[in-house]
Amino acid sequence: MAQTAPVETERPTGDEDVVPDLPWIVIVWNDPINLMSYVVYVFQKLFGYPREKATTLMLDVHHKGRAVVAEGPREKCEFDVARLHAHGLWATMQKDR
Amino acid sequence: MAGPVKRSRRGGFDLRISGPERQVLETLPETLRAILVSRDTADPVVRRLYPGAYLEDEAASREFDEVVHDDLLERRLAAVETLERTVRASHLTEDELVDWLAALNDARLVLGVRLAVTEESTAADFAGDDETEGAFELYRYLSYLEENVVSALAG
Repeated sequence: MAQTAPVETERPTGDEDVVPDLPWIVIVWNDPINLMSYVVYVFQKLFGYPREKATTLMLDVHHKGRAVVAEGPREKCEFDVARLHAHGLWATMQKDR
Repeated sequence: MAGPVKRSRRGGFDLRISGPERQVLETLPETLRAILVSRDTADPVVRRLYPGAYLEDEAASREFDEVVHDDLLERRLAAVETLERTVRASHLTEDELVDWLAALNDARLVLGVRLAVTEESTAADFAGDDETEGAFELYRYLSYLEENVVSALAG
């Protein structure tokens, strides 16, 4: 792997306010097609959740219509949403408020 | 009664699927490819396969789609290809079965959206019209098979 010497960068000392980046959340929405067992399987596979937690989340989706299945910085959530879409789940993301 | 998919002691999975069932599965790749490559967002099936990532931000959703769409399509087509290549197999590797699962689930999404199924849908809802009746029968068969694939993979 290529290595480069560390580059000294000056930290910006501007007077812009540093707003803490609100975490983002990934929501999975209920749909009448995906099988309950399949949704549990996907939550376990993608997020490494134990079966019990994956089942609780699936039941939340099923009964409440939606569940927050992951959270974190925007890029991580986009990655998760893409993986959920690849598995046919209806997922969206938004800022946690 | 032995299920159609079983984890094998020699690794991978054994399939016990009848000839007529495999004939049905053989029809899936062509149907799937046609819809997977579509970019017609007026089609609810296309919107279901490639949903917006941001509920209230269409511009961000479009941007997201531009970044991920090709990769998503490629993964889906690869799964369809595996199903097509192994549709007559009696034994699958785990990776192959995972591809089967992806293709079966996509096929169910396509059929389910087309038929506008609900959680309470029964065959009676689709009786009277040969085409929708057949489509719902296929949907139910794929649900049964997918259920068995999931439990074999999870077991």
